[in-house]
Amino acid sequence: MLVRPNHSVTEIQDIANRMRGDIVAMIAEAGSGHPGGSLSAADIVATLYFGVMNHDSARPDWPERDRFILSKGHAGPVLYAALAEAGYFGREHLATLRKLGSILQGHPDSRKTPGVEVSTGSLGQGLSIANGIAAALRTDGLAESRVWCLLGDGELQEGQVWEAAMFAAHHRLDNVIAIIDHNGLQIDGACSDVMDLGEVAEKFAAFGWETSVIDGHDVGVLVRSLQEARQPSGRPKAIVCSTIKGKGVSFMEGCADWHGRATNAEETTCAMGELGCDLEERV
Amino acid sequence: MARATREAFGETLVELVKEGRDVVAVEADLSKSTTTAKFAAAYPERFYNVGIAEQNMIGTAAGLAVAGKVAFTGSFAVFATGRAYDQIRNTVCYSGLDVKLAPTHSGITVGPDGGSHQMLEDIALMRALPGMRVLVPADYNAAVGALRAAANTPGPFYVRLGRVGVPDIHGADREFEVGRAYVLREGADVTLAACGVMVAKALEAAGMLAAEGISAEVVDVSTVKPLDAETIIASASKTKAVLTCEEHSVIGGMGSAVAELLSQECPVRVMRIGIQDVFGTSGEPEELMEHFGLGKDHLVSAAKDLIQGVRAKIC
Repeated sequence: MLVRPNHSVTEIQDIANRMRGDIVAMIAEAGSGHPGGSLSAADIVATLYFGVMNHDSARPDWPERDRFILSKGHAGPVLYAALAEAGYFGREHLATLRKLGSILQGHPDSRKTPGVEVSTGSLGQGLSIANGIAAALRTDGLAESRVWCLLGDGELQEGQVWEAAMFAAHHRLDNVIAIIDHNGLQIDGACSDVMDLGEVAEKFAAFGWETSVIDGHDVGVLVRSLQEARQPSGRPKAIVCSTIKGKGVSFMEGCADWHGRATNAEETTCAMGELGCDLEERV
Repeated sequence: MARATREAFGETLVELVKEGRDVVAVEADLSKSTTTAKFAAAYPERFYNVGIAEQNMIGTAAGLAVAGKVAFTGSFAVFATGRAYDQIRNTVCYSGLDVKLAPTHSGITVGPDGGSHQMLEDIALMRALPGMRVLVPADYNAAVGALRAAANTPGPFYVRLGRVGVPDIHGADREFEVGRAYVLREGADVTLAACGVMVAKALEAAGMLAAEGISAEVVDVSTVKPLDAETIIASASKTKAVLTCEEHSVIGGMGSAVAELLSQECPVRVMRIGIQDVFGTSGEPEELMEHFGLGKDHLVSAAKDLIQGVRAKIC
């Protein structure tokens, strides 16, 4: 039985906004974490979990499910927010992020968190894992399943990403879809200053991938593009999403300093106000 | 008959699939040397060659394991561990995946390729990882057993295979038990705790020591992690002198593991034969064994020094 969440664009927008509230609130509660890259990916992840992927929180090990690999593991809060929203675990866990004994580790831990396929956090490794899963799904005849891998743009500086890019094209893994959260910023500043990525889509195209560049905050476009990407075409697909780091919180937007720090009480109130979220309700 | 432990690799994977195990192999352009080419020929749909990309080899194997496969990886020990350590740590071990690393060409017996290709720190690196089991088979039959045990036991494994032929020690019917050390020869004066290619050397040395009236016990420490504390402590408490013998750095390897155990549980004199904190060098395998002090004569003289030291202290 296929479980394909079929939420409308408006519903997904609402969910993404709630997830942004969760992200800000859980990181504030934790006192540390990575809000910038979690917020930039919120529309993408909400679209995947509530508009595109086949999955069922009641059966996290359902063989025919789509797989989601968060290669940019530091954005764990966006994944935790989606998994809680989808019912993989209770919302009460969100307030335990990064605390001793929590199922929600600083970076995703598949042995602790229901719905997390594999542990990530050391950058550059997710695409290789996605390929391995995709290869296995193909040989096992699970033709409906797709493997979605979300990478950061700074992460593309890791050489292993390109080893994996070669592999997917060589093996014509058209059940692999890489989504690049291209917010243009990394810890030390702009990617173009730290280590220029050049044209990301062109690089993937040169490796034999089918590519597209879309607005990573336009949910209508995301739903359409990601659903189209389900269709096998003989090649792996890379969807480069133009995004804004810290999207949704004005003082975080486009600011590399918010890569890895939590809001203080005042900032949290301000951020939640901008998002129209009630802190008490979120965490 | 002298067969290399690597010869067991491809053949055993083929057998495992024949028996119905969902085994796959990921290789990094060394399939002829590691013998995974045999597996590739038998089951091309279960074989992935990533090219010269060891990090991707481990990552791809991890993905295959996430999807339910028992994923073996090849390459040489130096690249498969050193080049991909973070992938082994953060993806394979941290997630507790069914990835079985079985690289070949470990130790100085790689020979003429020289120090860059002679991996002498792999046991240390792998042993330190939570959840990783480390097997160092002494001969072809033990390698078959180790590979089968790795396939049949959930979680990450490191099976250390070698390039050169080693004499057959274990019978083909010997069951390889993970976590068990095998007493191959009983003795009372000194324990020779050996692994890998050094087991054959230790047996030879024990024969030479017997001719001089010294009774040496030979223990094949084929599982370095988890260590068989019971067998090693029993032998050490009997002989009061333990000589560890490995084709690996004396830092962090099997000898270290044995010394760590005995210093806490049964403090006796321990002397570690191995590579003394240096890189390897080009040469023929047997030449190198002599050059680095791993030959049977070295073991005999070290065992005698050790026993003398123990007796001197007692007197």
